[in-house]
Amino acid sequence: MIRFEQLTKRYDDRLAVDHLSLEVPDGRVCVLIGPSGSGKTTTLRMINRLIEPTGGRVLIDGRDTASLPTEELRRSLGYAIQSVGLFPHFTVAENVATVPRLLRWDKQRIRERVREVLALVGLEPDDYAARYPRQLSGGEAQRVGVARALAADPPVLLMDEPFGAVDPLTRGRLQGEFARIQRELRKTVVFVTHDVDEAIRLADLIAIMRDGRLVQYDTPETILDHPADGFVHDFVGADRALKRLGRVRVADVMRADVPHAAAEDAAALAKRDGGAGYAYVVDAEGRLLGWVDARMVREGRPCEEAVTRVRVEEASVGVDATLKEALSRMLGFGFRAIPVVDDAGVLLGEVGLDAAEAATEPGSRASQLRERSADGAPR
Amino acid sequence: MTRRTPLRRLLPPALAVVGFAWLVSAQWLWARVLATLYPGESPVLFPAGTLAQLTVRHLQLVGISSAITIAVGLPLGIWATRRSGRAFREIIVAAADVGQTFPPVAVLALSMPLLGLGALPTIVALFLYGLFPVVSGTIAGIEGVPRPIVDAAGGMGMDAGQLLRRVELPLASRVILAGIRISVIVNVGTATVGAAFGAGGLGGPIVGGLLVQNMAFITEGAVTAALLAILLDALLAALEGSVVPVAT
Repeated sequence: MIRFEQLTKRYDDRLAVDHLSLEVPDGRVCVLIGPSGSGKTTTLRMINRLIEPTGGRVLIDGRDTASLPTEELRRSLGYAIQSVGLFPHFTVAENVATVPRLLRWDKQRIRERVREVLALVGLEPDDYAARYPRQLSGGEAQRVGVARALAADPPVLLMDEPFGAVDPLTRGRLQGEFARIQRELRKTVVFVTHDVDEAIRLADLIAIMRDGRLVQYDTPETILDHPADGFVHDFVGADRALKRLGRVRVADVMRADVPHAAAEDAAALAKRDGGAGYAYVVDAEGRLLGWVDARMVREGRPCEEAVTRVRVEEASVGVDATLKEALSRMLGFGFRAIPVVDDAGVLLGEVGLDAAEAATEPGSRASQLRERSADGAPR
Repeated sequence: MTRRTPLRRLLPPALAVVGFAWLVSAQWLWARVLATLYPGESPVLFPAGTLAQLTVRHLQLVGISSAITIAVGLPLGIWATRRSGRAFREIIVAAADVGQTFPPVAVLALSMPLLGLGALPTIVALFLYGLFPVVSGTIAGIEGVPRPIVDAAGGMGMDAGQLLRRVELPLASRVILAGIRISVIVNVGTATVGAAFGAGGLGGPIVGGLLVQNMAFITEGAVTAALLAILLDALLAALEGSVVPVAT
């Protein structure tokens, strides 16, 4: 548990952080968000004492961080910043090994751990370990940044806009993967961003800051439904219903039992199955190839024509995607539903417009689901 | 960048050193060429020492002074970027700057009453003259390491020494070596002045040639000093290629 008590940072006569008190429960993601100059990065950096507080204290598991030697404290906290923070003269493996080396792990253990965390963030160790940062794309560099922060398996992660320097598409994918890793590892995370959608998607708790003060500290659902004041209301934006969809994982609301079969059988399935009027076409391994429309089959058109072969990555969403992304994809293609696939392209189910409608109603099943998973958090 | 094998990287500089060594020991070649160029002069070779002896002496002057310059300038530059020395940064840069604005001849003339004649005053003058590029190169190199990289290193728990050795110096090495290179090359030329104060070296034929108006002597010293500067520059460039980490 991380606890701020009256944490304050004063620069001359300006208060960058003004008597901030809050608690991040174990295993939760707390996102600090606010306009620039709101003190969110200053707050983060006071946790690992890159910035020394002027007043107040930070407690981690009840221990005052000021009582620990700075280097020891920092080695126990994972720290990820934008990709520019990678050491350009170190290979990917050496970058990831930074903290384990400082902790004097033996070489064999470091080598194994590097491979493990690279795989965890979705980078094939054999391909990436020997590369240098400038041989990476922006998204890959940020994955390495996250792997480096996770390398020594710290219980606490500090992340300062870790996905800030990439295009929106890559950012969405990195967010999905971070959410997946976090479900698995259950770190206590303090995450700084200025992107409201990112905060809503990843946070268990959002701390909205303004001029160094905490304006509201609550679950994303509560902040969306009951903004504390006009500032939060405006900061979150008018499209709150749409933003709420960013909270819902496709995996939580998809229908799993969708009609699907190999090409020939799918046509029959689409015709016979009066309800859906279509069936997904999959290959022997269950990978999505396309779908057939019952009407076209009934009109007697040849089966090949009826099978709409799709580019899977465009006309489907991954399980880690949010309902917001799924809705955007559906509207883009004019679909009423969109198939859901795993990383290998295997069909898992589908989500429809009805799921999006249901989720935007306050008190809906989907949002209850989320709130239940975040209980125990202060309101 | 694909790294060349050590052998292929070291071969050209090694060949250059061998070629230069052969050239300065080939007295007969110099005698013949200089006699052809300046038919009126006699003798054509500086009599106070063979060209090889003069070159070795010159290298001693440059080597000793450059070693002291680096031994003092590098730590001084590093200190100026540390928390404890940051307050002195401007003074250090200004002092090194003054060292370079002061002409070496003036330093030699002024230090003569104190240090007498010979190699010592020359080495002092070369040291002062060469300090500025080393100090300012070190400071610029370390301060040029991007802030987020330093923050990341600190934030992950490197102490000041680890930060310096593992991150700052490797990333600053290109700029630091550039400063050292300038310092050494300039010293090769400047060291010739020392001959007027009894330091010897390749300045000997130049100063002697000016005194007795022998163009052959001047050519002998000047050409060799110029070649030596070019050679050292190439050697330091090769060193840069092997010391500096992968291009940033």
